[in-house]
Amino acid sequence: MLAWLARARTGGLAALVAAIVLLPLALTNNYHYEVAIVVGLNAIVCVGLNLLIGYAGQISLGHAGFYGLGAYGSAILTARYGWPPAAALAASTAGAAALAYLVGRPILKLRGHYLAMATLGMGIIISIVIATEDRITGGPDGMAVAPFTLLGYTLAGERTWYWVVGAALALAVWLALNLIDSPAGRALRALHGSEVAAQVAGVDPGRYKVLAFVISAVFAAVAGSLTAHYAGFITPAKASFLHSIELVTMVVLGGMASTFGAVIGAAVLTTLPQVLTLLKDYEMMVFGAVLMLSMIFLPRGLVPTLAAALARRRR
Amino acid sequence: MSLLAVEGLAKEFGGLKAVDGVSFDVRPGSVHSIIGPNGAGKTTLLNLLNGIYVPSAGRIVFDGRDLTGAAPHRFAAAGIARTFQNLQIFFNMTALENVLVGGHLHARAPLAAAMLRLPGRAEAERGYRVQALELLRFVGIEEYATAPADAMPYGALKRLEIARALAALAGLVLLDEPAAGLNPTETAAIDELIKRLSAGGVTVILVEHNMRLVMGVSDHIVVLDYGKKLTEGTAEEVRNDPRVIEAYLGAAAAEA
Amino acid sequence: MGAQLTQYLLTGVTIGAIYALVALGFSIIYNASHVINFAQGEFVMIGGMTTVSLVDGGVPLPLAIAAAVLVAAAVGLALEKLAIERARGASVVTLIIITIGASIFLRGLAQLVWDKNFHALRPFTGDTPIAVLGATILPQSLWVIGVTIAIVAALGWFFARTLAGKAMLAASHNRLAAELVGIRVRHVLLLAFGLSAAVGAMAGILTAPITLTSYDVGLMLALKGFAAAILGGLGSGAGAVVGGLTLGILESLGAGFISSAYKDVFAFVIMLAVLFFRPSGLFAARSAERV
Repeated sequence: MLAWLARARTGGLAALVAAIVLLPLALTNNYHYEVAIVVGLNAIVCVGLNLLIGYAGQISLGHAGFYGLGAYGSAILTARYGWPPAAALAASTAGAAALAYLVGRPILKLRGHYLAMATLGMGIIISIVIATEDRITGGPDGMAVAPFTLLGYTLAGERTWYWVVGAALALAVWLALNLIDSPAGRALRALHGSEVAAQVAGVDPGRYKVLAFVISAVFAAVAGSLTAHYAGFITPAKASFLHSIELVTMVVLGGMASTFGAVIGAAVLTTLPQVLTLLKDYEMMVFGAVLMLSMIFLPRGLVPTLAAALARRRR
Repeated sequence: MSLLAVEGLAKEFGGLKAVDGVSFDVRPGSVHSIIGPNGAGKTTLLNLLNGIYVPSAGRIVFDGRDLTGAAPHRFAAAGIARTFQNLQIFFNMTALENVLVGGHLHARAPLAAAMLRLPGRAEAERGYRVQALELLRFVGIEEYATAPADAMPYGALKRLEIARALAALAGLVLLDEPAAGLNPTETAAIDELIKRLSAGGVTVILVEHNMRLVMGVSDHIVVLDYGKKLTEGTAEEVRNDPRVIEAYLGAAAAEA
Repeated sequence: MGAQLTQYLLTGVTIGAIYALVALGFSIIYNASHVINFAQGEFVMIGGMTTVSLVDGGVPLPLAIAAAVLVAAAVGLALEKLAIERARGASVVTLIIITIGASIFLRGLAQLVWDKNFHALRPFTGDTPIAVLGATILPQSLWVIGVTIAIVAALGWFFARTLAGKAMLAASHNRLAAELVGIRVRHVLLLAFGLSAAVGAMAGILTAPITLTSYDVGLMLALKGFAAAILGGLGSGAGAVVGGLTLGILESLGAGFISSAYKDVFAFVIMLAVLFFRPSGLFAARSAERV
């Protein structure tokens, strides 16, 4: 039992579940729950995005596009076409996955800045389409989203959503950890370590990069869809370039190639603006400064830096 | 019947002919060395032999299949593995994981099964690990199994390259200067390793500067000079060929 | 139809000139440091906003313009000195986030120094449209086109004829070799950021009378500038100019003949097409890829 817990994979997962279970003791009002739920939803996106950026070493500045597709797909299919929310979630996620698969091949042939630009362009195109097709999306003003119902039961109230999102996050982390520890996950990490050596070992780079791209798009779309239902309202800002950047920053700040880092990064960058609103007019400036300073002084991210510091102390 | 047939292989870089019309055959089970002075085109030739470079002309037929122009992972799938002189280790992984990636072609798992960790996956994973550990032991670095690769010494990394290549269970292994930068003791260990490989039925193509190592292990030697095949033959034949001596001495004289 | 086409072309060239200036600013920094500067649009914003507030405060226009360019250049130098220099050797992602952080910081600062409203700058020489081949062009557009040509010519002269310019080119081609022949690469980086910010500021000043300016005009301009730089070939000066003009004209034609709502999409669709089919840009010589 102890050995099982000591293993990074299962031990970390157990710690995450414990944190999710115990956190409500510290949450004293609905607003706290709200923040915790949004942290969880963002963390789901980041765990997926980390597979792409941290493990496969491929940057994306357009993942808010997939998030937006999930959110608007659910909103539109339920509101305009009367689909049941679960079916809408599945369909919009499948749509995001299909798009990621289609654009993934040509986009992921690019490297470095070119890849960053291409994913940025893709994300912006999605967000402009969402903002412009106002007859079905409500345009820049956004649109209302029906509550999530399943088998006649409606998800309502912060507490219910907290447990749903908590379970979804634990599931997402579990899936990601399993993938990382599988032949496919090792192939992804190998591409990051040395693309040429990975190819020589039989890894088809195109195939595995696209795989990571599609999986991360799926995580983003599911989180987007859940967010839309939870918030009951969705605006194009959720699909915007700035949101893409926020997501990438969460992953990098938490620590690349660290699944729990992605969760921590999401927690820090989601709660930070909540704290910063106290600063009112200075909010934007301080947020920008925090981004710059953390990248300059903690380029490896919070979790790997802390882990290295702990390892040094133990020695 | 040859395992690998190379016919008129050529590679140009902007008008410069790095490899120029080289042909040779490799018999199964042999240790086949490629030697030549610096800049003779040895590493370029290796890069052609597993698809990292696409040849400007010529054909590569492996095991009866024409692989000319195929991507590197296709060469791997056909059964050609290799090591890299300039260490292409996955430094973001442990030694064991490096070897596990080497066995990529034999460890395919349905994605959904892997992500959901369906019954059977854990057992399969354990199986891969046992095999990978076996290979680390074979090359003599099992004590580094769980070490991150970026914390390993140079000599151990050279052997890790070999273990990773062996994990592919390939019919043909290309070794790119496996002894470069190693001390005499470590070189002797590589010598012994190549002999063990060959005894195990693996065909080896060796590019190496250490002549004692080459002469000791090779069944057949191809000599390159300025991208062209100068001569080929057994160690004895090559050693006594005046053209080979001239190529090396000429190069040595020019360097001095 | 003909007059309409002429009108779209004139508009396109005006917008294109602005994109070209933003793209040139990118290329200067990219060449010197291989950093993609997401705060490029903020230089444009600072140029425009500073000029507007100085002119409103009674400062004569030429003086206000000079001051605004200097302010932007100072911000560029500070960005290099305080952030980029300290993050030497960081990964592409890290550098992207740093410059985005700088962009958000500068926008927040602008919001404090000025406000969140749109501001207009008086056109340099009146606003009576001039008739050209059945279409009309604003005098300010002529200013935009003329000054852009002057800046491009000046930059061309700078990089081809002056020691500092040649040093910058040398440092961008081979950093180590440049250091060996005595070029101080750190100074080159500073110079690049200052110069790039000044060019960006000019774009903001020129366009302020036409499109209005506010604390957040930078982002979209920066992104369009990227698209232009990619279109012309990242890091190529001539490519940036041609890319900017091409993008401006295509955008104007697209908005006129296809859909004005999707005006902003064209730039990115074109950029993606270029990246998919000719990643080195339309106008750059194809460089050989090496393993």
